[in-house]
Amino acid sequence: MTALHAESRLRRAGAARAAAFMAVLAVLPFLFNQHWQVNLLVFTVMYAGLASAWNLLGGYAGYPALGHGAFFGLGAYAMAIGAGHLGAGAGYRPFLLVPLIALGTAIVVAPIARVLLRTRAVAFAVLSITVMFMVQTLAYNIRGLTGGSQGLALPIAPFDAATFERPYYFAMAVLLVVTVGVCWVVRTSKLGLALNAVRDDEDRARGLGVQTETVKLLAFVLSAGLTAAFGAVWAYYISYIVPGFAFDPLLSLVAVLMAFLGGRTTLWGPITGAVLVGPAQQYFAYRFGASQLYLIAYAALFLLVIYLLPDGVIPSASRYLDRARTAYRSRATRRDRPDQVPMEPVPPRGGRG
Amino acid sequence: MSALLSVAGLTKSFGGVRALDDCGFEVAEGAVGALIGPNGSGKTTAFNVITGYQAADSGSLSFRGRVVRRPDPCRLQRLGLARTFQQPRVFPGLSVLENVVLGRPQHWHALLGRRVPGTDRRRAEALLEEFGLAAHADRPAARLSYGQRRLLEFASVLMADPALILLDEPTAGVNPVMVETMERHIRRRHDEGVTFLIVEHEMRFVMRLCDPVIVLDRGRPIACAAPSDVQNDPRVLDAYLGE
Amino acid sequence: MHLFLQATIAGILIGGVYALLASGQAMIFGVARTVNFAQAIFAILSAYLSYTLFGDLGIDPFLSVLILIPVMFALGYVIYAVLLRPLNKSSAELGLLVLYALAIGIQGVLDFTYQTNIRVIAPAYANYSWTVAGYQIPEVRFFAFLLAVVVLGALHLIRQYTKLGRALRATSQNPVAARLLGVDVDRISAVGMGLGVASAAAAGAAFGMVIPFNGNSQYDLLSKLLSIGVLGGMASMPGTIVAAVILGVVESVVAATISPDWSAFSFLVVLFAVLTVRPQGLFGRQLRGEL
Repeated sequence: MTALHAESRLRRAGAARAAAFMAVLAVLPFLFNQHWQVNLLVFTVMYAGLASAWNLLGGYAGYPALGHGAFFGLGAYAMAIGAGHLGAGAGYRPFLLVPLIALGTAIVVAPIARVLLRTRAVAFAVLSITVMFMVQTLAYNIRGLTGGSQGLALPIAPFDAATFERPYYFAMAVLLVVTVGVCWVVRTSKLGLALNAVRDDEDRARGLGVQTETVKLLAFVLSAGLTAAFGAVWAYYISYIVPGFAFDPLLSLVAVLMAFLGGRTTLWGPITGAVLVGPAQQYFAYRFGASQLYLIAYAALFLLVIYLLPDGVIPSASRYLDRARTAYRSRATRRDRPDQVPMEPVPPRGGRG
Repeated sequence: MSALLSVAGLTKSFGGVRALDDCGFEVAEGAVGALIGPNGSGKTTAFNVITGYQAADSGSLSFRGRVVRRPDPCRLQRLGLARTFQQPRVFPGLSVLENVVLGRPQHWHALLGRRVPGTDRRRAEALLEEFGLAAHADRPAARLSYGQRRLLEFASVLMADPALILLDEPTAGVNPVMVETMERHIRRRHDEGVTFLIVEHEMRFVMRLCDPVIVLDRGRPIACAAPSDVQNDPRVLDAYLGE
Repeated sequence: MHLFLQATIAGILIGGVYALLASGQAMIFGVARTVNFAQAIFAILSAYLSYTLFGDLGIDPFLSVLILIPVMFALGYVIYAVLLRPLNKSSAELGLLVLYALAIGIQGVLDFTYQTNIRVIAPAYANYSWTVAGYQIPEVRFFAFLLAVVVLGALHLIRQYTKLGRALRATSQNPVAARLLGVDVDRISAVGMGLGVASAAAAGAAFGMVIPFNGNSQYDLLSKLLSIGVLGGMASMPGTIVAAVILGVVESVVAATISPDWSAFSFLVVLFAVLTVRPQGLFGRQLRGEL
């Protein structure tokens, strides 16, 4: 099978997957139409998107951002203020604000990102959390704008009570499709290649001429903008936000967990993680929320994932399949190309972490 | 032949240790130079400083006739200077082919182009073919053996058509067959006009392949001559055997 | 002016306790090569335990430190041995996430056990203060500062003058070389972590008397710790102490002269300003620290 032939087959398979994915998304709220079910779908789809957006920076570029709650909250507050201006009964119009909010957040975040991106790994993680706390403090303090600790209320949309959640679900679903689309474009472009190189060995990437500063910044603002978009829809959905909820350190952690679980190097990994963890997480919050035990459940889940499946579900599964395929191919190679350097058996590497 | 690379007065200290002490030498265009010396004589530090991975405390560097004030790996690569590392550095998460393709310098507007554009792919495949790695093109580089990684690292550096390649111990830790392979590749590129500066411990390799041989001892050059002359230089023998 | 100096004094006093907590974090960074995101919750855990010991058994919080230090030393040791050592050392991020997850889990346990009411440890002398040259010095804060100085001093003596200390410093500078020199790096690292958490124990008991707390206070405290770490240089002890005192003073002065709401924020602004110019922090590379 030539490389070109293989590529077009992959392309067709990918397009089919995308179509199936969108079809499933479109149909879900009709299959599960009880209020609590659609609510669960809204949150799961949101988390799938958040995890995928995070993955642009945390997975592809390898920069462990733990403060994405900052962008989520920025989006939420931007929506609260914007929808407030649009007034009650605004219906669908606040949704139109979402792309603006995403773009605005990306622009505002860019200079801060430049400062943050000068640091690496641990320092970067630390600073990203610090930024989140900074923005949270701003939300508490600039009372005139944000209502301080009282928070802000958003206008309640005049949607039909029976299917109230549906418009929000579809808004989230559209955002998810956009996010996955962005991830796909990045992965299959030179930008993705450059980001992966930065992840693997940033100094050497620079030494080879890769424009590390530019690509990191792009990944950062894309990630931040998309996250803010989800925050905006979320704010409109729950219609009352306070700084503690909008800027929630746990939110970042859960998105990270989902990306880890599903596989940070893949397109569908973060979504898989969200599908696996999202409902569980909502269940814990519902069952144990009052008694704070849900925190223990999160912690336990995270530790399990880190120790048992550090690469994630999808890469582990695909590595298993890969090993089977390799055994077949190497036999073929030795037969057809004796002049090529034979592959020496190498013990499989541990998780890249 | 003019000097392609010229360094002078390089000094670098780490805490109390002087890794480079007023170090200076030249590499002429088209040469295959060697940089040798006992352990701790500053060879890798010299490489790091020349390629901008570490900043020297003082000294000057000029490459292709231009003075490079603050060496930086990215800029030097654009000017045509490349290096490999003592421990071969590849990108483990990328495929072998992608590792090579990455060597091609990029313009920012090409970022949205395909991950591995057709022209780059063909060139990379040709390089992989030459280095005997074509069968592994789509495999993650993490799976390669030590020797294969060395070859891959070398191949990726060639993608950008550098004028000068600094090789840091290219034969360390590989079997004799691989040593010959490396030598073959170096000679082939040399015939095409690439200049080399090689840090090495394998003396026979150096004597066969390189001229001039620059000897460092405790951070400064003590000899710079043809291999046969260096072999008999008492100062060199002293540096290696003395103390 | 009087207000300014008063605030500065208060800032230095609390800064000492921050310094103790942050030094523990720096020590852990030296041996485990990762930031202990659970350092804040350890302090709060200690505060709660001290609160319980005081409330149920009447043990003075400063004395409870004698119990808490060995207990939390053991906790730190075990956490390193069980959770951190098995991780691939080259991925410091995993260690970070593990500790973050642990911090959340511990908060869950605390919230469950103690509920989320705000507590404060209030021994009889909590409201007394001395007046020296016209400036007020609250007794509790002064003793907290003394405690911090004593424990930091002890840590310093251990690090500089004992075999253990030499092994600790060697491990944090160059674990490979240390191992070659015969240091049992795994055990020493666990000890280092134990010492770091023990510092949190002492600092926590002190905090519990000075700042009302509950499980959620960990985020605020964590953000301060992280800022101190980045500013002072993650593994640099002297840098950390200086940065901590600076934080204490900036916070206190801003709270007194502008508003308490902005005190933590102002420090973050200082941090960002410094980082824009020097990404490695104030002391990052000067004093033999990493990062």
